[in-house]
Amino acid sequence: MSDATPKQPAAAPPSQQALIDFVVAEARLLDEGRFDDWLRLFTEDGRYWMPLTPGQTDARLQASLMFEDTMLLKVRIERLKGARTFSQQPASRCHHLLQTPTVESRDDAAGLFTTRTAFHFVETRRDEQTLYAGWATHTLKIVDQALRMQMKRVDLVNCDAAFGNMQLFM
Amino acid sequence: MSRSSGPGYRDHPQAIQALVRAAEVHRDCYISDEVFALEMEHLFANTWVYVGHASQVPQAGDFYATTVGDQPVVIVRHVAGNGNGNGNDDGDGDASIHVLHNRCAHKGVQLVPEGCGHTGSFFRCPYHGWTYRTDGSLLNIPLRDGYNADTLKQCEAHSSAQPGLARVGAVKVYRGFVFCRLNAQGMAFEDYFGESLSTLDNMVDRSPAGRLEVAGGVMRYLHRCNWKMLVDNQTDTCHPMVAHQSSAGTAVRVWEQAPVGTPKPMAVELFAPFVSPYSFFEGMGIRIWQNGHGHTGVADSIHAAYSPVPGYWDAMAAAYGEERAKRILGETRHNTVYFPNIMVKGPIQTLRIFKPIAADRTLVESWTFRLVGAPDLLLERTLMYNRLVNAPTSVVGHDDLEMYERAQTALHSRGLQWVNMARLYDPAEHGQTNTTTNGTNEWQMREQMRAWARFMTQSMSAGAT
Repeated sequence: MSDATPKQPAAAPPSQQALIDFVVAEARLLDEGRFDDWLRLFTEDGRYWMPLTPGQTDARLQASLMFEDTMLLKVRIERLKGARTFSQQPASRCHHLLQTPTVESRDDAAGLFTTRTAFHFVETRRDEQTLYAGWATHTLKIVDQALRMQMKRVDLVNCDAAFGNMQLFM
Repeated sequence: MSRSSGPGYRDHPQAIQALVRAAEVHRDCYISDEVFALEMEHLFANTWVYVGHASQVPQAGDFYATTVGDQPVVIVRHVAGNGNGNGNDDGDGDASIHVLHNRCAHKGVQLVPEGCGHTGSFFRCPYHGWTYRTDGSLLNIPLRDGYNADTLKQCEAHSSAQPGLARVGAVKVYRGFVFCRLNAQGMAFEDYFGESLSTLDNMVDRSPAGRLEVAGGVMRYLHRCNWKMLVDNQTDTCHPMVAHQSSAGTAVRVWEQAPVGTPKPMAVELFAPFVSPYSFFEGMGIRIWQNGHGHTGVADSIHAAYSPVPGYWDAMAAAYGEERAKRILGETRHNTVYFPNIMVKGPIQTLRIFKPIAADRTLVESWTFRLVGAPDLLLERTLMYNRLVNAPTSVVGHDDLEMYERAQTALHSRGLQWVNMARLYDPAEHGQTNTTTNGTNEWQMREQMRAWARFMTQSMSAGAT
């Protein structure tokens, strides 16, 4: 399990493979329910954004399914562990199937990189499982010589549909 | 899923009435398919049901298609000079707005898809090209000569004296909110809502321009439970500190770990009041109007202590004068239930619709409004509230839905037949309206179900057994 923790890249700019490895390892942490480790992958000002409309550009004055800073993400993670969190008794589990991420942009001088990853995601609880499909866009930043997520944006192909509970992170 | 013994509910109004006792209701109200079908035919036809908002159809020819109960309808803003011109609003509302059944008079095809759109100066059925003016009247039929005149008459005069698309029974646009009554006969709008309209007034008055616009996008959240569980929950003030300990309680706990001096985030300000103690909810009070309408948060509420928004007070004072602006903003109403199936939060500019799909299935739509002329930060707060509390991704929503689904499952138990609504029941409450009480009283829930029994049976005739 421990080898799923993303490796600290060297001082040299991360290779394309290092960026890809980061995205794959990040999804694996979620699938393994290692949410505290996952949260540490965000920068201090990091955000997790799940738009409500295709191609959405505004997270402030347009509704989103999620637009969370690290404090709100921590609330979710702490809640998932709570003894009185009845919607997680029994707990949900999830599974990511990723297409190989592509590096969409890189600015080695600023230490800023963008990747795009098509995915299928299954969230399951009790006898039910729900399939979601979409694209994850990672904005990655070098902080203390390690890659961190400044933004993880999750665009579902049917983001404007009516949904039942989504309790985990895609 | 109807009662295993007895006559069933159709054509038996007494059996329906017997489901609602003074302080408890029968489980069939929530789990019976037959009761649900009768709700669609009677309850949602006899009551005034919210359809949409005038700002969703700003221009002539704009439409918004949705459902009222299980009925597909369309709000359309009439194209002037085309047809009879007058909408079917029966009062002093917006006369250019029509509400029509979204069903071609020919083969029954849905004319326009659900949601907002623009139809131009007429509707054209996509199947055979029959056209209708935006007041619903028939415009043209291709190859008209080939139709037998007598049978065509039936299509032209489908289900009303007005030829063309069927109209709903009555429409009222109240300060931009479009309501309809499907049945042509029934209670007048003003008699139905009475003093409860003050919550809509207050929400509109919070705009310095006196105007609201639907804004931000709608949250659509599927619930596997009966729609009335959501209605009951709106004035259930004994659940937040228990069911939401996991979400709001955790938010408070996480916030308490922040370094001293960290400014309180907006999200914490929105979450924290959910886990206020019982005494807070008792003190905030509930007001009960007539016909199942009522609200929590008479003297105080979970929305009362939000931070001021820079520039807002000045805009309000300039628009209304300080005294009136103070009165408008001093209103702390929490949840206002407009029976049967919407809830409005004035101080946070949201409107939720509990759309019935089946006895055990409900689509919850949570709409947000921009206060025209107010700072954007208010819309931002409204959207954050909606995201944190009403979205399919909301932890507060997860808490509630788990309880509704467990109820929907366990009400099938034959161990007990009745759902208790007895908290602070007083036999003297029957017939009282426009009164206030302890904030944890279940009187409002009881009143909703009394209204339910009345409007269910109002248009029902007792059949032969």
